[in-house]
Amino acid sequence: MSTILILGATSDMAIALAEIYAKKGDKLQLAARNPSMLTPIKKDLEIRFGAQISTYIFDAMDFNSHEGFYNSLDTKPDIALCVFGYLGDQRKAIKDWDESKQIIQSNFTGAVSILNIIANDMEDRKEGVIVGISSVAGERGRVSNYLYGSAKAGFTAYLSGLRNRLCKSGVHVLTVKPGFVNTKMTEGLPLPKPLTAQPEEVATAILKAIKKQKNTIYVFAKWRLIMYIIKSIPEFIFKKLSL
Amino acid sequence: MKVHNWNKYPVADANFKSFDNASNLPFDSKYIVRGNGRCYGDSSLNNNILSSLRFNKALAFDVESGIFTCQSGMTLDQILQIVVSKGWFIPVTPGTKFITIGGAIASDVHGKNHHFEGSFKNHLVSFNLLTANGEISTCSATENPILFETTCGGMGLTGVILEVSFQLKKIESAYITQKSIKVRNLDEMIDLFNENQHVTYSVSWIDCLTGGKSKGRGLLNLGEHAKLSEISDKQRLTALAPHPTKASTFPIDLPSFSINKLTVKAFNTLYYHKQTSKIKEFVSHYDPFFYPLDAILEWNKVYGKKGFLQYQFVLPLETSAQGLNIILDKIREYGQSSPLIVLKLFGKQEDFISFPMEGYTLALDFPIRKGLFEFLNEVDRIILDLGGRLYLTKDARMSPETFMKGYPNAQEFIDRIKEYNPDFKFESWQSKRLNITK
Repeated sequence: MSTILILGATSDMAIALAEIYAKKGDKLQLAARNPSMLTPIKKDLEIRFGAQISTYIFDAMDFNSHEGFYNSLDTKPDIALCVFGYLGDQRKAIKDWDESKQIIQSNFTGAVSILNIIANDMEDRKEGVIVGISSVAGERGRVSNYLYGSAKAGFTAYLSGLRNRLCKSGVHVLTVKPGFVNTKMTEGLPLPKPLTAQPEEVATAILKAIKKQKNTIYVFAKWRLIMYIIKSIPEFIFKKLSL
Repeated sequence: MKVHNWNKYPVADANFKSFDNASNLPFDSKYIVRGNGRCYGDSSLNNNILSSLRFNKALAFDVESGIFTCQSGMTLDQILQIVVSKGWFIPVTPGTKFITIGGAIASDVHGKNHHFEGSFKNHLVSFNLLTANGEISTCSATENPILFETTCGGMGLTGVILEVSFQLKKIESAYITQKSIKVRNLDEMIDLFNENQHVTYSVSWIDCLTGGKSKGRGLLNLGEHAKLSEISDKQRLTALAPHPTKASTFPIDLPSFSINKLTVKAFNTLYYHKQTSKIKEFVSHYDPFFYPLDAILEWNKVYGKKGFLQYQFVLPLETSAQGLNIILDKIREYGQSSPLIVLKLFGKQEDFISFPMEGYTLALDFPIRKGLFEFLNEVDRIILDLGGRLYLTKDARMSPETFMKGYPNAQEFIDRIKEYNPDFKFESWQSKRLNITK
């Protein structure tokens, strides 16, 4: 039985991950900002799987609270899944610094703050797995979502550096670039069905990737090709496209 | 986003948003809550649709008393996966397990045990309802009873149903002892329904295209939850196993002419004659007994892209036999119905706005074609003259007059909706069409 920490536990992807681990009989630590949403999620997993679950209040943007939060965990996790993020509204964000700041802090700064603490602990213990949910949007800045994309690009680079550092200590770092996922966050967006994964598919892919000690995964292999093409377009053409 | 319900008609181009928390609903007004979209028509369609499918967590399950509490977007499918292995079952279930608990209340659904155990409302302990003034009220038969009875069968017009507690039914096994009787005609069918009122579950399939002496021939299906002593040794190994989670999916939309007089006649003849003996007795899992069509996901594609209408009515007991005779003739004459015609005897129910009343209910599908709406208007008139009514959950086209005449409390219902929901914050295409929110 492992202990699994899920940061941002109320998202659809987090719930899908929690279900798989609960079914396996692992112990779950669910952390999120809104405790009124954590309670039903906890009860549901207990009733359906008889799982052992503790819940914690965790606010990714309240950096000063992160050390105290991590120390308050009943046991230190074997696997830490950093699932929180904020898509935001790009059009609003270009004119509104608060929106921009929230996108950057939720997707990058907040994640760095908490993962620094977890990484130090795992490095000391010489064991553990860190999973970061980044995004294909971080591979090239595009007009439609470059604020979210640049924060995720930073996060991807951070995870890659973390992997480089922790490799020697036997700590595994997995970067996940899910592509489109059918979640609350993307509700109402016209996503192409063949490229859109269900949260359960993402969760299954993550478990498989942890087992196989993969470094970076796309949930659907076709995303690797799509992003390769997008990255290969010369900048003098790319800048004129509206992607 | 394009949204339609199970029969693919009508189609709304709607703002579609879901909620997972009662405190942050995305719409302020003029919306309707939608569960899993298994109604047939427009009762959960509007320009703003609030999906409850993410509000789907189990909150409490008392294995001793069988009281189950969950959020309203949980489906019967999900609940069965939890409760069957502990020896409990859903007290009232319609012909699909892919409906939400919120939908079960808003439609006050009935099942094959209606004559015996009533509608879903009978088994409710209580629910929380978010009303138009932003308050959350607990409703039960004793607490806020008027709001309770207006919400059961109230088609989502009193507010957003949130947490629901209901009483499950104790079972010894996940199996059903079944008896299938081959019935020669409508008269014999009615006699057999009467003789078998003591049986928990009963439903019949009727061949709608055969007339004369065999008019109304079909199969009557009876069932009881099997006791442990009634199942085989092999079945005992999986005595309390819930249904399998995998099913096949119907691959494509068939062309809309696929359901025609010839194919339906062929299907009906085969189906009727497949059973060679008068009575067949066997034990099966609950899944094929209650949910035969759930085994083929997206079976609604057999009617093609244009979709179909389901038509379900009930006639009072006194006029049932005469009425069914007239209507079966009418349907045979029209000739464009589906193979799936379901007949069932309801028990007594005199609830405020619920569909069932004592008498016979018939449900059938019609592919959408020219002349169908005119034909159904004619059938509506016959049903109203016989004192019957139509099921709101399966309605996409009835007139306000048909609603007013069929439901004795229709005016009182409209008055109460105006009181609870004065600005028509909760509104559907159906409630507008029927002048309920007007």
